[in-house]
Amino acid sequence: MAEKSPQELIQIDFTPPPRNWMNPAVDFEARRGTWSYPAAVKNLDYLGMPNPREWSPTDLDWKLPPNWKQIIHDGFEDLLKKYRSLKIFMDICVRCGACADKCHFYIGSGDPKNMPVLRAELLRSIYRQDFTTMGRIFGSLAGGRELTEEVLKEWYYYFFQCTECRRCSVYCPYGIDTAEVTMMARELLNLVGLNINWILEPVANCQRTGNHLGIQPHTYKDNVEFLCDELADVTGIKLDPPINRKGAEVLFVIPSADYFADPGTYTFCGYLMLFEHIGLDYTLSSYASDGGNFGLFNSVENLKRLNWKIYQEARRLGVKWILGGECGHMWRVMHQYMDTLNGPADFLEVPRSPFTGTVFSNTASTKMVHICEFTSDLLRHGKLKLDKSRNDKYRVTFHDSCNPARAVGLLEEPRYVLKNVCNHFFEMPENTIREHTFCCAGGAGLGNDENMEMRLRGGLPRGNALRWVRDHNDVNLMTCICAIDRATLPPLANYWAPGVEIAGIHELVGNALIMEGENERTTDLRGLPLVPEKEEQGDV
Amino acid sequence: MATFTQGSVSIEVDEDGFMQEPERWNEDVAAALGTTEGVNELTENHWKVVNYLREYYLQFGVAPMIRKLCKQTGFQLKEIYELFPSGPAKGACKVAGLPKPTGCV
Repeated sequence: MAEKSPQELIQIDFTPPPRNWMNPAVDFEARRGTWSYPAAVKNLDYLGMPNPREWSPTDLDWKLPPNWKQIIHDGFEDLLKKYRSLKIFMDICVRCGACADKCHFYIGSGDPKNMPVLRAELLRSIYRQDFTTMGRIFGSLAGGRELTEEVLKEWYYYFFQCTECRRCSVYCPYGIDTAEVTMMARELLNLVGLNINWILEPVANCQRTGNHLGIQPHTYKDNVEFLCDELADVTGIKLDPPINRKGAEVLFVIPSADYFADPGTYTFCGYLMLFEHIGLDYTLSSYASDGGNFGLFNSVENLKRLNWKIYQEARRLGVKWILGGECGHMWRVMHQYMDTLNGPADFLEVPRSPFTGTVFSNTASTKMVHICEFTSDLLRHGKLKLDKSRNDKYRVTFHDSCNPARAVGLLEEPRYVLKNVCNHFFEMPENTIREHTFCCAGGAGLGNDENMEMRLRGGLPRGNALRWVRDHNDVNLMTCICAIDRATLPPLANYWAPGVEIAGIHELVGNALIMEGENERTTDLRGLPLVPEKEEQGDV
Repeated sequence: MATFTQGSVSIEVDEDGFMQEPERWNEDVAAALGTTEGVNELTENHWKVVNYLREYYLQFGVAPMIRKLCKQTGFQLKEIYELFPSGPAKGACKVAGLPKPTGCV
């Protein structure tokens, strides 16, 4: 964990450094704790990606290919030809600064190059110099600068200090998608072998096994069975969820952490209980075993190759439509990229709830429904038997996970579900929720331990809002609908707002569901008493 | 990649000291890696955790769920932290020669 205390970390100096921003200089040694380790050779080799080698950002020599400058230039030219959006984003920014103070990393670090406008300018300055007439003639007077190794090192530092959360884009009068600027910069960095292991190892694992953790089919089955055994201890009912079952109506796709790491495993149990409760004809898949896709954080090519398995598995199993779990960035992919990357999925049917008759026409093209849409529809039609009081020990708030909120607009459904399954719900301040939500600061591949100081700095705005509801409303549980959140928010909460636990929404659904033939429930899905003992209550 | 050397043990490790060639793991390696985790002597209880992790890894190719580790060894999570101060994933798995889990974890 970070060596600095919250009191130390909050001493943020917003005075810009005296030197001209155009002169790049990142002291990686002095800034340990704010960057991520490079991708391991084995992972780049496995994926067939350029320039695998041993290196460290603290080395003077980053072992770039001799013609690296030409590679970047040509790569940039290719991207500009391929993506009209990139050219627009490069040209259109008027540097108004509306985005400047919206980034959690800028708020938590005071580093001007974490202002989204200036982060993008790191790339834009090269664009101007190399690809615009004004820049070619007037150079730095026209906002251009020469591409040097130091510029490249700066890209590595700052483009892996963006979580692609798109909060800044909400405020941009031109609607520049800053996440796509970061994605393009990472594409260029890939070409010369500058990428981070926390992204490339999951990508390599996912290419090999279908999920980021490298869980093979027999392990998948063992994990699911273990969690069902654990759940039986709580409910008295032993579930036997189908895996790779052909002919099921629905393929259910989830983030792999949900069947591996707490607290996601409790959310997983919540999903399974819900499906048992309503009698859904579904199947899990040990191949489409991750909705998450770290390719999104690396390159379009990797994004596409990892996403391919979803439709492929739906076709192989002969399902009618796809239901997706509580994963964050997966929904950016499913909602905005999958259809054109690997679609059209015209072999599937437009999703229709077999219980309510609701047709999810919003997914007519992708054929994939978010579990919060599905569950809120069930609730609206009174299809679930619930005992809300089983969540009474929790005073609950909701962290809008960035991608479901800003990429899908899933703002009401999670709240509707929560309010139906618990009695005490409180919102964080309005400029920190819904489309204004603040990131967990560990998304887009940055949720590793070596980057912990930067995660905690970037976690300050979310932590501060959480602290507010903890202090004003005695909130002791922050819910979310993202597996990265469930991994990164516990240390964030522990640091900035101790005493608040983290959970997925369907964990609370599972707690509240009255299952047919269940034992009298005395514990929640975590195996903890439904009514905490007196001395524990004082803890919160 | 760095080389970690102690006594007769010499292994390749990553930035966090996790061994890179798990097939080269043996009890001497475990003891040597233990010292990097503040575990100067591996007691019977340490071995119970390490051996379980090892067996699981050989069968399943990844680290077990922490809940499963606790259930199978009979230790509560708190007790695992007492044995391995950096915890099950970073401490115990490192000593047992398992790779770090990556992704949304």
